[in-house]
Formats: sequence, C-alpha cells, structure tokens
Amino acid sequence: MLEPSILLPAAINGLTMGAVYALIALGLTLIYGVLHIINFAHGSLLMAALYGVFFLYKLLGVDPYAAMAVLVPAGFVAGYALQRSVIGAIKPGRDQNVLLITLGVSIVLDNLAVYFFSGDTQTIDTRYSLEMVNLGVALVSLPRLIGLGAALVFTAALWLLISSTDLGRAIRAVAKEPHGARLVGIDVDHIFAMSFGIGTACLGAAACLLLPMFYVSPHVGQVFVLIAFTVVVLGGMGSFTGALIGGLLIGVTESLGGLIFGESAGQLAIFLIFIAVLLFRPTGLFGSRLS
Amino acid sequence: MKPGSQPTRRTVLKTATAGAALGTLGFPGLLRAQAASIKIGVLHPVSGIFSYSGTQSRAGALMAIEEINAAGGIKSLGGAKLEPLLADAQSKPDVGAAEVERLNEAGVAAIVGPYASAIAIATTQAAARHNLPHVVDVGTADQVVTRGLTNTFRFSPGVSTIVNFGIDSLVRINDAAGKPAKTVFIVHEESAFGTNTAKVLNEELPKQGFQVLETVKHANPTRDFSNIVLRIQAAKPDLLIPANYYDEYVLLTRTLQQQRVAVKGVYSILGGGASSYKFVKEFPDAAAYVMDCNHWFDPRKAAALALKAKTEKQGLFFSYEVFLNYNAVMYLADALERAKSVEHDALNASLASSTWDKHILPYGPTKFVNGQNTGARPAITQVLDRDIKVIYPNEFSSGNVVFPVPPRKT
Repeated sequence: MLEPSILLPAAINGLTMGAVYALIALGLTLIYGVLHIINFAHGSLLMAALYGVFFLYKLLGVDPYAAMAVLVPAGFVAGYALQRSVIGAIKPGRDQNVLLITLGVSIVLDNLAVYFFSGDTQTIDTRYSLEMVNLGVALVSLPRLIGLGAALVFTAALWLLISSTDLGRAIRAVAKEPHGARLVGIDVDHIFAMSFGIGTACLGAAACLLLPMFYVSPHVGQVFVLIAFTVVVLGGMGSFTGALIGGLLIGVTESLGGLIFGESAGQLAIFLIFIAVLLFRPTGLFGSRLS
Repeated sequence: MKPGSQPTRRTVLKTATAGAALGTLGFPGLLRAQAASIKIGVLHPVSGIFSYSGTQSRAGALMAIEEINAAGGIKSLGGAKLEPLLADAQSKPDVGAAEVERLNEAGVAAIVGPYASAIAIATTQAAARHNLPHVVDVGTADQVVTRGLTNTFRFSPGVSTIVNFGIDSLVRINDAAGKPAKTVFIVHEESAFGTNTAKVLNEELPKQGFQVLETVKHANPTRDFSNIVLRIQAAKPDLLIPANYYDEYVLLTRTLQQQRVAVKGVYSILGGGASSYKFVKEFPDAAAYVMDCNHWFDPRKAAALALKAKTEKQGLFFSYEVFLNYNAVMYLADALERAKSVEHDALNASLASSTWDKHILPYGPTKFVNGQNTGARPAITQVLDRDIKVIYPNEFSSGNVVFPVPPRKT
C-alpha cells in the first residue's frame, strides 16, 4: 500500500484537492483579516455560487469555467450588498452578534435552497469532467489540475491587489487601524463591503472550478467550510500565502493520512495538525494579517 | 359541462335538484353525515441532510393517501378519508421524537415514516409511550424491530435480511457464470449501516469461497475517492462491493470510470446510487452494469408501473423511498379497514395480524413476527441498456444478468 507507485499519485491528488480548499479559504481569510468576522455563512455562499454555476450550465449551456465571468462579479455584488445591508447594518455591538448574524444568514440560505431546489444532489457532466492528464508519475484529473493552477493565479492576483493598488492599501489600512483609516478620509464602511465582496467573489471562482469535479446540494457548504476554517487558522488568519500553503498542506495530509491510517481515520490527521498549530503557533504559519 | 365553461342557471338548477333527490332518496348517508376523517401522521426528514429522501418519502405517502381517498376512503369506517398531518424530523432523532408527541396530541391514529434508522429508533420509542401505531417505511436497522415494541411495524426488510440475501444471490450469480469472481474489495461508509454491512460481508464471504482483499471505510461526506481507487487498482480485485450513500456512491463510481478501473463486476449492498434512476439518467456510462441488492418493486405488476408513471409525471424519480412509503400507507389503510376502528389497541392488533398481499413489491407471503414482515426481501438489480432491471429472484426478473461485465470503453 505504501509503494511509491501509490504514494506519489496520492500526494499529487492531495495537492490538487488542497488547491480547492485554498481557493475556498482565500475569501474567508480576507474577510477575517479586514473585518475580523468569522463568517459562518461562507459555506452557504459557496453553495449558492455552486447552484449559480449549475443553473448557468443546465439552463443556458454556459461552461463552468466561462461562468466565472458571471459568478465572480455576481459574488462580489452579493457580498458587497450583504455586508452593507445586513452584516454592517446590524454589526454595532459585540462580536458575538456578528457571529449570530452570519450563522443566521447561513441557515436562511440553506433552507431557501432546500425550498427552491429540493434536497436533491445535482451534478454536471462536462466533456472534460473525466479527462486525465498523464504526468509521468501519475494520471491526474484535468479539472483538478486546472483548480491547482487557478489557486496559484488567484492567490497571486489577490496578493498583487492588496500590495500594489490604492484599494489594497486602503484595505490594509482598515485592517490594521480602522479608526485611523477613517481619520485620513478612507470610507471604512465601503472598504469593509469591498473586502466582503472580494471574499465572496473568490467563492464564485471556487464554485466554477469545483463543480466539474464535485456536486451541489443545499448542504454542500458544510462539506468544505470546516476544512476552510482549518486552512485559515493553519495558514494564519488574514494571510493569502498562508491560505494557499495551508490548503495544500491540509490536502496532502488528508490524502497521505487517509492512505496510511485509513480513509476515515485520515480525517483526524487534519484536526491533529489544527490542534498542534493552536498549541505551538497560535498565529498560524504565516501569522501576520494580509501578508 | 366543458372544463372552463361557466355554469348556466339551468345546469345549476338541474344539479341542485339531482342533489336534493339523492339526499332524500338514494344516498342519505353520503350527503347528510360525512364520516370524520382519520388523521395520519406523515413524519419524514424533509429538511437537513436527509431532505431529499424525506421529500421523496412524503411524496410516496401522499400519493397513497390521495388514491385511498379517491377510492372512497376507509369503507368499514363509513368512507372516512385519511387526513395527512405532515411533520418534519429535520434529519434529527430528537426532533423526530418531539414531532411524535405533537402528532399524538393532534390525535393521529397512526404514524408513517421516518425514513432513517436512527430517527426510526427514536420515533418508534416515543410512539410506544402512547401505544400509538407506527409503520416504519424504510429504517433498515435491525434494532427498529428488535426492542419488543408492540406498536412498531416494518413491512420492508431489515439490513440483516438484505445483506444475507445479497450474499446468497452473489454466490448464485457467480456460480452460474462459472465462478469468475474469487477476490473482493469492500468500500463502505463509516456509520452503522456501512460498518455492519462490511462486518457481515467479511464474516460470510470467506465461507462462500471469496477472498476479501481489503476493506476500506470512508467518512460522510468524502470529498475525494482518488486514493481509494488507487488502492483498488493496486489490489486488482475481481469484484468491488460498495456500501454507501448516494453522493459518495456517485463520486466513487465516477472516479472508477475516470481512472478506467477494470473489475469483473460492481455489486452493491444497499448501494446509494446503484438502484437510482437519477444516477442512471445522469451518468449512464458510470452506472452501466452495476448490480445492487436493494429495495425494489415488482416490475411485473401493473400497479407498480402505474405508480412509477405517476411519480415521473410529478417530476420525481421513482426511488425506493417513494414506493416503500406508498406501500406503508396502503398496508396501514388495509389494517384500518379490517380493524374497523382507530383505537390504538385494535389498530396495532390489525397491523400485527396482517396478511395483506396487494402490494407492489417482490415479497413472499406477508406475515408479521415481532413487528417485522417476514415475507419482505430485497431484489438484485442491474443497470442494463440504461435502465434498471431486476435480475434476481428469477420469478421477478425483468432482465438477464451480465456478469462478468464487458470491458469498459476507453
């Protein structure tokens, strides 16, 4: 079982799955880094984005990757509006209030999905869903390789956005010192909403990359959200590099842990790492915010 | 009068006169005193993780109630109509038990549901406190009917019956094909259903001459089956036996297809997707030739095919949840008819002594022992020509088994 012919493909599988986790965690870490919100609605927003990809494909024949042109802006608008009209509007007060608001949004979204789409699992079958690429040491699924490439590109793009643009500078200022940022004329509420919007736009992209290899149901967000939280904590809350490295690390750990300790017990390896990071490096691997 | 046309004064007068005549002469009981309806608790997990199955289950139960009422209700009780009181267990046993209390307060004569074994164990226990008759629709765990509850009745088979039938049928199918399968790889989900199934398979298959190469347990949900498929490829089994829920079943079989894994057959026990028209329709290549030991209907019965057509007309897939719930309500209605009463004791006695045989399932004679219909059994199906055919028992078969399966097209 632990021969190189299995270990190497398993590690590559882990990397590609980890890239998906990283993509989902990118938005979560941005929202935490700027707004200091632990967004419990993240999984449900992913679910909503996956339904968006599904219906674009089923009703209009839009390819999932092409759907990014719709889902990324739509995710941004939805996130911006959600922050401005719901979370931001009710936020004043204690942090627990925000937790409850995002939890409430999650419950509402999940149940709306059950009401409108039923609890049924939906999948799409694109012409490339089952395509494999021969890397010499392993056969790897094409949609997964695309996901890995996209995770690298999106992380770099977000890093550039934050480090080299006026918007990025404003986001960093608000993340570090919102009162000071307000004093120098930055519209803090707008930057909060922009950050939430960008975080949700990341989910739109993640959904487009995920659906060719996975399914959507009203509860699919729960499949990924716990892993995404783990990735964010492991990588360092608010760190894009941390989200990428954390995602890949979790993916490989899950894959190899499953192979060595059994698929079911292998999941435990993820949470052992999680506990170890909390104990020995509570700020995560790349602990500074918005690095 | 044509549909959509307005009634004229003349037609209204005619109808009123005819009605008055019937009321005084022909059918005094019908128009003067309508029999009180009989409340039936229809309890399923229509939200939460089992919401798809719960919704399908509810649809099956409501179709049966609609048919019974359209046919004149419960005749021995003056044509009393069945009145469904809908309840949602939210996929949680404690909520299911609380809903039983609510339904009991509302005065239901019996409860039908609640799909999942874990919920059924809680709801039957709660109903037992009131001696309230509870017809379990699916809930395959053996514990559902082995706790001595005199109010609990399951018309469909339990997991032990299904697994034993599955093993026996596998041996017959393999023997008939000249014993091409000697080695087996088992993939199962981690809850009681998958774990117990794998345990029985590991105990029984070696006795039947099969070598179990590996048994792999996976979590619910599992996001990726690539590694499990790598292990299957390395082990090179003749036969793959999955026991898991729909989402994981579909991911597993699609990964098998993607990695072009060649086995002589995929033989599921209660496979989440193998006996699913949805799976066959959406992924016909991944589903091709998959065999499954599962709840199924008798394809030779016109009533079964009529129900299938009716279900599909409503835009639903004809899944086992639909026909088992339809059947459970019909069984309850027959018991009400014979009991001539909605009293709990009388109805429990009637359910326990039932020999009802007008069902649409491939079962033997109906006989209840400790709340379990001993005539209940699963069927073996195989996906052939993009359809699901019964291949065993022979007396119910609608297709000829293909085993070993032809090599997968690349």
